[in-house]
Amino acid sequence: MSMRSLIATALVVSLADLAAAEGPGLGAPLAADEIPFYATYVMPDGRGLPAGSGTAAEGAGIYAAKCALCHGATGVEGPVMPPVGPNDVWAKPAGRYWPYATTIFDYVRRAMPLDEPKSLSDAEAYALTAFILSRNGVIGEGDAMSAQTLPDVVMPNRENFVDVWATQGVTPW
Amino acid sequence: MTNSSVLPPQPDFAAGGGLLSRRMLLRGAAAGSAAGFANLAMPERARAEAEIPEWVRVAGARARGYGMPAEQEADVQRAIIEPFGELAQAFSFSGTPHHRLRGTITPSGLHFEVHHGGRPDLDPARHRLMIHGMVDRPIRLDLDALERYPMVSAVHFLECSGNSFFNAVMPEPMQAGCDMLHGLLSNSEWTGVPVRILLEEAGIRPEGRWVLAVGNDAPSLARSIPVEKLMDDAFIALYQNGERIRPEQGYPMRLLLPGFEGNMNVKWITSLWVTDAPAHTKDESGEYTEILADGSSVKFTFAMGVKSLVTHPSATMTMSGPGFYEISGIAWSGAGPIRKVEISADGGASWAEAELSGPVHPRALTRFRLPWQWEGAPALLMSRAEDATGAVQPTRSTWKAKYDPSNFLHYNAIQPWQVTPEGMVQNVYA
Repeated sequence: MSMRSLIATALVVSLADLAAAEGPGLGAPLAADEIPFYATYVMPDGRGLPAGSGTAAEGAGIYAAKCALCHGATGVEGPVMPPVGPNDVWAKPAGRYWPYATTIFDYVRRAMPLDEPKSLSDAEAYALTAFILSRNGVIGEGDAMSAQTLPDVVMPNRENFVDVWATQGVTPW
Repeated sequence: MTNSSVLPPQPDFAAGGGLLSRRMLLRGAAAGSAAGFANLAMPERARAEAEIPEWVRVAGARARGYGMPAEQEADVQRAIIEPFGELAQAFSFSGTPHHRLRGTITPSGLHFEVHHGGRPDLDPARHRLMIHGMVDRPIRLDLDALERYPMVSAVHFLECSGNSFFNAVMPEPMQAGCDMLHGLLSNSEWTGVPVRILLEEAGIRPEGRWVLAVGNDAPSLARSIPVEKLMDDAFIALYQNGERIRPEQGYPMRLLLPGFEGNMNVKWITSLWVTDAPAHTKDESGEYTEILADGSSVKFTFAMGVKSLVTHPSATMTMSGPGFYEISGIAWSGAGPIRKVEISADGGASWAEAELSGPVHPRALTRFRLPWQWEGAPALLMSRAEDATGAVQPTRSTWKAKYDPSNFLHYNAIQPWQVTPEGMVQNVYA
């Protein structure tokens, strides 16, 4: 191949690249070990749940020490969005209203307590999830929550939601 | 509010309660300029007695690197709302003082805040935007890299879906200004990189239908966004009103989803995780779902409905005597541009169409105006907006009938202001 045809070929290739990508393509390769857990979310089917487990009994002590100040001594008092319902403060308590129990685990692990997020171990987050679910009567007091059991928890309000995006897209409800 | 006794000779009334035709705005301006020329020749004596203020007798201050509002305007502040006070300080809001603003762009320092975990002390040099999940090439981009991408600029409002929550749920109307009542709404020119370019660079796969957007803040706030929206008009905003985004709006980068509820426009965005389904994060499970009157709920209610608000006059203001006023306010819709705003001064018995101050951008605040002759009688002012899809604002009772009494999200009802004979302007439910 002559130098001229080499240059011509290179030009065609680079133009083709430009057509495919509108940007300069400056994204650096992202390795799996560079991605912190909170850049993903535990899915309702359980994908993303880590190893470990916890029970309501274990969660009770953690709740009393780290959660009760904002959410109330037994989880119904609040004032901040009590997770146990029904209560007089918040119509959408996490352990009763939310459609999937996996959300409780993920949210506790990434965001709670408010002043010290990401300080809880996976086992502690499982135990708190079990405590909240148990206080709402969704699981038994002795049921351990883990990657195996949490996705099978059927939340009482799950079938009570209409998906507005699926039914009417961007049109405001 | 200021008034003037100067009126064109024959008021052209457009509706009851003293609402004048919007055509009078232009006519009045023409008359004013003609009068200016007539008064050009000033009498000799008046010139001799006129005050000469001290600041015209000394040199002014030097140039400065970053301008600030006049000292005398220091009380124009956001209203701080902290529902749980010291107990949960990081759960903290501030509302834009719309009753102190008269244009459409919200000054960056007055843009509303809703923080679920406070404003992070973020190091931009260590901030990364990661794009991963169902893509062929997971990538990360820092601020310098994003700076080299093609950008778009667009004016868009952001509104917290909980805006106007006091009016939505309080049994009696709270007497407070627009900052408290409707302040979780602002409007900026945003500039940044279309998300579509970044998702295509990463090689988004056909099975990737949703993207989890995550912020680089304490609670790692997360929302599931449909791919269709991200490929349409979403962008990673780096600039707000021409300068780098303010810390409380997501410095150094935030997601901008034109027309969608504020919470989804993730601040301090650090991750776009492509998935096959929504994750049902905390915010899309409980915080931003709405309970309906029948006890069922709606989820993924993304776009904000059509809404408007008279800002001048508005609650906490006092009229300065009968005479001419300009009614002024803002209208917006998450579904597209505003088509029409009507104003009533008699509680909805009659309506007059307001002048829209163009250009009318889609999914952005639009300023409307209408001249008004207030005779000192009780008045009930309302504005009613219609967007390009034909959607019209409901009354409060119509809106309330749709929802469970506890719901305070996506409140877009008509706001009535009552003007008393004494000139007090009050928040009412009508």
